[in-house]
Amino acid sequence: MIIKLNNLNYIYNSGNPFEKKALDNVNLEIKEGDFIGLIGHTGSGKSTMVQHLNGLMKPTTGQIIVDGIDITQKDANLKEVRQKVGLVFQYPEHQLFEETIYKDIAFGPKNLGLSDEEIHIRVKNSMELVGLDFEYLKDRSPFELSGGQKRRVAIAGVIAMKPKVLVLDEPTAGLDPRGRDEILGEIQKLYEKEGITIVLVSHSMEDVAKLVNRIVVMHRGRVAMDDETREVFKRAEELEKLGLGVPQITRFMKHFKEKGNDIRDDILTVEEAKEEILSYLRRRKNA
Amino acid sequence: MDNDIMIKIEDVTYEYNSIGEEGQLRAIRNLSIDVKRGEFLVILGHNGSGKSTLAKLMNGLLIPTKGDIYVMGMNTKDENKIWNIREKAGMVFQNPDNQIVATIVEEDVAFGPENQGIPPAEIRKRVDEALRIVEMTEYKRHAPHLLSGGQKQRVAIAGILAMNPDCIIFDEPTAMLDPTGRIEVMNTIKKLNKVEEKTIVLITHYMDEAVEADRILVMEQGEIVMAGTPREIFKQVKKVKELGLDVPQVTELVYELRKEGIDIQEDILTVEELVRLL
Amino acid sequence: MLKDITIGQYFPGDTIIHKLDPRIKIIIIALFITSLFFINTFFPYVFILIFILLAIRLSKVPVKIVLKGLKPLFFIIFITFAINVFMTKGEVLFQIGPLTVTKEGISQAVFMALRLIFLITGTSLLTLTTSPISLTDGIEKLLSPFKKIGLPAHELAMMMTIALRFIPTLLEETDKIMKAQMARGADFESGNILNRAKNLVPLLVPLFINAFRRADELATAMEARCYRGGDNRTRLNELKLKRHDIIALVSTTFFFAFIISIRYIW
Repeated sequence: MIIKLNNLNYIYNSGNPFEKKALDNVNLEIKEGDFIGLIGHTGSGKSTMVQHLNGLMKPTTGQIIVDGIDITQKDANLKEVRQKVGLVFQYPEHQLFEETIYKDIAFGPKNLGLSDEEIHIRVKNSMELVGLDFEYLKDRSPFELSGGQKRRVAIAGVIAMKPKVLVLDEPTAGLDPRGRDEILGEIQKLYEKEGITIVLVSHSMEDVAKLVNRIVVMHRGRVAMDDETREVFKRAEELEKLGLGVPQITRFMKHFKEKGNDIRDDILTVEEAKEEILSYLRRRKNA
Repeated sequence: MDNDIMIKIEDVTYEYNSIGEEGQLRAIRNLSIDVKRGEFLVILGHNGSGKSTLAKLMNGLLIPTKGDIYVMGMNTKDENKIWNIREKAGMVFQNPDNQIVATIVEEDVAFGPENQGIPPAEIRKRVDEALRIVEMTEYKRHAPHLLSGGQKQRVAIAGILAMNPDCIIFDEPTAMLDPTGRIEVMNTIKKLNKVEEKTIVLITHYMDEAVEADRILVMEQGEIVMAGTPREIFKQVKKVKELGLDVPQVTELVYELRKEGIDIQEDILTVEELVRLL
Repeated sequence: MLKDITIGQYFPGDTIIHKLDPRIKIIIIALFITSLFFINTFFPYVFILIFILLAIRLSKVPVKIVLKGLKPLFFIIFITFAINVFMTKGEVLFQIGPLTVTKEGISQAVFMALRLIFLITGTSLLTLTTSPISLTDGIEKLLSPFKKIGLPAHELAMMMTIALRFIPTLLEETDKIMKAQMARGADFESGNILNRAKNLVPLLVPLFINAFRRADELATAMEARCYRGGDNRTRLNELKLKRHDIIALVSTTFFFAFIISIRYIW
């Protein structure tokens, strides 16, 4: 399972004075087992690109290959594509509509024409995957839940489609730190335990640094960087030029090194920083 | 009444009925706070800690079940004073879309003063001044729905400023914004405090915004559980984290290093400070 | 998709027509429509045509844009035309199958179609040259004398303003929810009418819930900004009649009085 974007262009209001190039010759390959962090400031083309991955938007020119099939072809089976590539929008709790949590999560599988038994299994599994108690919650209304829990119901609704690739557009927006950590923990579990390929759109460099193994940076509709997490965060100055940044801890280590201390500057988490500084202080003492 | 106190909260409890729950729920329990004139106060707490309820109590959108709240000496229970209270203590909400009323930026900024019955010439002056302060003058004839989140929120702030308040209460004003919008709004809030000398009450769950405050109150289950300057609060890394909140990464690093027996000053908040110390 | 729909087709400008007081413009259009219905021969249409062309010229709105307003109503104009052609009795000109076309029919059809076309161009000229906000201001002011008999003029105007403000927001939201449900395999495009209506539930329910949430938050925000109805409220831009407003009102009143009188004089 692989997604390939070839020379993708998308132009808003094509042919009128308000014409705007949202995607400018994007080439990207998403491989099985990737955990990609997609970053870029608002208007960089992230959301537009993400909506092309499952055929919700059609490129002005270019090709999108999902699992060997060109989905820009007229006869492409978009339902199948949308099953393979799950997309969780920003504030997904705003699309809940059913009377019970069970029914809402079952909406996707039902559209796939699955049997009641299969639907039951999928609803149960996906609720467990996002940390919702099936027996206690299944017959409750999703609207009684707290914000963070509603969001989990919405995510479960996409997971129940059993996608191979799960794209999440800012899944932690508006959540407090605890809610954020819980959702991110569940996403990590989906990646590690369920083997789902993940594309995480995020504004938080700290979150991205902690989780993903590859970063794609978008800027003005183009892919500006595409590399392993550590490699991308080494390029702090370039990122700042694009209106982005690096985690505070990465910035600290870089400054500390610039002051003439011989340490690694590709640190991503507080834990790593602690180890590096402890070993550095030991080295300094012994020298 | 003490002139240095902007808002006085005296032993306030707030209870409400929730659908599907038995009995009354307590959002606020026996709370007492003095908001001092000119200060930049941050109320920090996770979702459901009662901080938004507290905000709505501060300008009479909610009335305490028990206890009293005074805004510049006026009790929020006094129905004759309610409009004066809301003029003095303006409020900016979380969702920028849902607080803009008019279809043109300057018309929206004028909405508050129009409600106050200010003469048109004076409204014009206030609108222009408010838009200048939030740096949105060039957008005054624009339609709000075409602005970015940060710009919309600045328009909302201008709308409150035009009412000439002494104090502005911000209820998670950046929760729905992207990093650029958050910086814009935080810079505006700091400017209102430092340059325009407005008293600021900022309710948030972002620790990086709290770092800028004069004083922080941490809320949990309707009570104040921690109070102090940002340095005093954040150095208690373990306690803050247990309350479901973040600390700056460098503060956490210092905490971890101290646990390993390294002797460094514990109340570090910024990268630059730590670089200097190590 | 849905975002491309433009509502409130205001064409900004700085002309005398744009600057006319919205109240005056609304009254003129009312007079215009009334006189259209008094016209019973072709001859006075000449004056109406001159009036409209002059107004368009003065407003500097391109004719093409004014005519665009006719497009969505073309079907209605066509039906009106067809009904009149075939249903009017009189001197038979020719027959197509069971349908007869009469001389009177053609004349009546052209007459009615012209009336509709004038009606539409006149009113779209009003909305093209008046911003939604001053239009609501104008309506509020014109209706305010009826407050005494219980007509909520201010509330109606406030509702219109809020509706105009939130239409783009709700359209954007519709687009987003639609896509989110499509990502879960929803189908809004195929099936028979009954199925399609049923398929709209996953779109409409969230849309309504969100709209109610927005309404609730907006109401709180308005209260926090001291909104307490229309009493003692002032306005940033107060409507004041100027000299040119009076001249426009008086001259057009004479003009339309003349057009109406044609019916009785000739």
